[in-house]
Amino acid sequence: MIPAQFDYVRPGDVAEAVRVLADSDEPKVMAGGQSLTPLLRFRLAYPDVVVDLSGLTELRGVTDDGEWLRIGAMTTHDEVMNNPMVAAHCALLSLATRTVADPAVRHRGTIGGSLAHADPAGDLPAVALALDAEFLVSGEDGERTVPASEFFLDYLTTALDVGDVLTAVRFPKMGGWGFHYEKFSQAAQAWAVVGVAAAVRRDDGTVTEARVGLTNMGSTPVRASEVEAACRGVPARLETLREAAQSADAGTDPPNDLSAQADYRRHLARVLTGRALAKAAGI
Amino acid sequence: MPHIRVTVDGVSYDDQVEARRLLVHYLREQLGKVGTPVGCDTTNCGACTVLMDGRSVKSCSVLACQADGHDITTVEGLSSDGDLHPMQRAFHENHALQCGYCTPGMMIAALDLLRDNPDPSDDEIREGLEGNMCRCTGYVNIVRAVRDAAAVLRAQAAAPGSEPRAGVPPQVTPDQEPARQTASGGAAS
Repeated sequence: MIPAQFDYVRPGDVAEAVRVLADSDEPKVMAGGQSLTPLLRFRLAYPDVVVDLSGLTELRGVTDDGEWLRIGAMTTHDEVMNNPMVAAHCALLSLATRTVADPAVRHRGTIGGSLAHADPAGDLPAVALALDAEFLVSGEDGERTVPASEFFLDYLTTALDVGDVLTAVRFPKMGGWGFHYEKFSQAAQAWAVVGVAAAVRRDDGTVTEARVGLTNMGSTPVRASEVEAACRGVPARLETLREAAQSADAGTDPPNDLSAQADYRRHLARVLTGRALAKAAGI
Repeated sequence: MPHIRVTVDGVSYDDQVEARRLLVHYLREQLGKVGTPVGCDTTNCGACTVLMDGRSVKSCSVLACQADGHDITTVEGLSSDGDLHPMQRAFHENHALQCGYCTPGMMIAALDLLRDNPDPSDDEIREGLEGNMCRCTGYVNIVRAVRDAAAVLRAQAAAPGSEPRAGVPPQVTPDQEPARQTASGGAAS
């Protein structure tokens, strides 16, 4: 289909983007456009102005920020998954990004766009939540930082206001951790039916700490806190991690849709969490 | 209306486009490049894949005005002087199509894959083409064709005086540069 009419603005810097957003009635920010363009085509979104951030080269690239890795919001999935600093300090993000859509979409789609879109079936929100990432936001009232635990509010809804621009996301460097992203999807579509982002730290044969984020087990990504607690101090063995994973669906509210019923998603969450923990623990 | 300057298959265009116009519709309806089909219209099937600055993109998911200042290669830009590109020849010789609707996008996506990985395994080919769907052949002959094309392109790259790398549009020297097109409806040919 052909999108409804809109005006198009490509700002030259973040301040201009914020100004344009403030001056518009129903603006929509476009990052890589891989989710927004289909929404425009289906006429599920009909903004009066599309503010295209593709001219903001300042929002592109990965920088070493001491304890953090700062990733510009306009960095494409392809750039993230091939970035050696991300692979060295935040391998969970590399692994999950490799599973996003397909090569052509990854050439255009961006980390910032994907997180700001906050699709429950998208892979990156669960990673950001599990790793306690922070979101750097510019708006009319200046800049602010939002922790991942306060960023995802509801289905396709985040802490970003209409006039905000997400400029970067920063992830803590996690040396000594093992990572895995376990995803179950249909062959014809890369959307996660359920996905599990896991990070595990071991001291020899014992798990000292685990972090688990779930994709598509509710209207927002979910932190599997009971699993994390159950992993602490257990022997790093397949059986114990599988056992800990049995509470993966506790407190979740998975959807019923064409891909799967809620009870099947609960089953998947338990099984995939067991696999993800084991692989992250190097078993 | 936004004004764009874009290079498509080696020819430069200056055009006015509606903000809402998708790149695939610009290519087909404004430039007459109907070699790039519209498939699913949902960003799934990959039939409309073109190269943008040498990398594959789905042209149903890019606005025409976002192509401003960029270099687009469609399936129509692959052959030169009537000679099929090795990828096109390999698809022909391996019967890597039935209805042919997915073929332009399939070949463009395969060229993007070979740019990163000139000698992919069958699994790597399947993974590289995961964003392109064929509803007829079952992919076996497509994988064969990409493997054969990769071998030909590797041999070409190793030969002295070889052509530039696959997927990169031919270099246009100043004395060969085609006349700049300004008419919004002008086709390239």
